[in-house]
Amino acid sequence: MSVTRRTYRYNILWNAALIHRLSGIGLVVFLPLHFLVLGLAIESAGKLDSFLQLAQMPVVKLAEFALVFLLVVHLLGGARLLALELLPWLDGQKLLAVGAASVAALVAIIFLIRVL
Amino acid sequence: MSNASDVLQVSLWRGGAEGGFKTYEVPLRPNQTILDIVTWVQRNLDATLSYRFACRVGMCGSCAMMVNGHPRWTCRTHVAKVAQKGVVEIAPLANMPIIKDLAADMRQFFDKWVVAHGAFAGSKTRADEIELIKPAEPARVAVDAAIECINCGICYAACDTVRWNPEYLGPAALNRAWSLNNDVRDADHAGRLAAVSADGGCHNCHSHQSCQAHCPQSLNPTRSIAGLKRLSTQAYLRGDLKP
Ligand code: SF4
Ligand code: SF4
Ligand code: FES
Repeated sequence: MSVTRRTYRYNILWNAALIHRLSGIGLVVFLPLHFLVLGLAIESAGKLDSFLQLAQMPVVKLAEFALVFLLVVHLLGGARLLALELLPWLDGQKLLAVGAASVAALVAIIFLIRVL
Repeated sequence: MSNASDVLQVSLWRGGAEGGFKTYEVPLRPNQTILDIVTWVQRNLDATLSYRFACRVGMCGSCAMMVNGHPRWTCRTHVAKVAQKGVVEIAPLANMPIIKDLAADMRQFFDKWVVAHGAFAGSKTRADEIELIKPAEPARVAVDAAIECINCGICYAACDTVRWNPEYLGPAALNRAWSLNNDVRDADHAGRLAAVSADGGCHNCHSHQSCQAHCPQSLNPTRSIAGLKRLSTQAYLRGDLKP
């Protein structure tokens, strides 16, 4: 039952938890596709090649860009949480979370520039 | 109330869970607090308005309400700081059942302190020597950082994990458990750690730090809960704690 707006949610670390959850789900969805493509390589080189042709399409490249972001943001965000739970407390968690997202964005953009 | 800028538009929650907001006009005064507004409505417009307060100076922790969506201690919250264009919306604390109007039922909140072994377990009698504790000892420093809680329930109302999982003990009870498990005089460290490591305990925390952002006493329950997670993991690795 909600009697009032939940404005306190507009909080960086709340959103960091959300991004961590969504990026995790995104990666879980991606993994079966990834194995499918690997399976193609085992099955026949021809099929793999035609698939890799497909991977030249801009929309696929954009999807790869998103994937790289998800991967890095989940990796760094997870490292932040592990450190938070296993090591002595560190102030500045907001800064660390923003840093993780920024590094992930940077890596993804560099990746995009290189494949375009 | 001649001038519109001298008047606040105040929406107060009326009724129980099925109630709604009702708007009142309240004269704006210098240094007015949110609790002042609520009291003014009760004294001048509707004597049936229910709400809770006691000390009026930020000591007792009984006056917390949702103010424009944020849980706050209303006796120490100035209208000038939180009013949005002369509009204030006040509701009972979130994540708790509503009794009536602005009074939330805090029983679950306090019951969870008991589940988290929130009471000090003494190990000595009055005949024993007084325990000497140096202020600079790390455990004592950890206790100092966590003890000024006034049981206001603000962190509990700010925590989305409480909302998602009714079993979750919440930031205040876990913060209390952390301070007691750093107290060398307490005799219930193992029992308390088992209680806060179980379902609904410290491992449910998502480290959002909404609790820390809202705590009027500037405590950081997230840090305390992270400490409990650490103690819990260490005890598990030693074999002292079974999953
Ligand atoms: S840090 Fe933990 S206790 Fe605090 S608001 Fe978030 S989930 Fe709740
Ligand atoms: S930890 Fe802070 S917000 Fe939570 S009950 Fe104690 S004083 Fe209130
Ligand atoms: S009335 Fe006691 S803390 Fe506000």
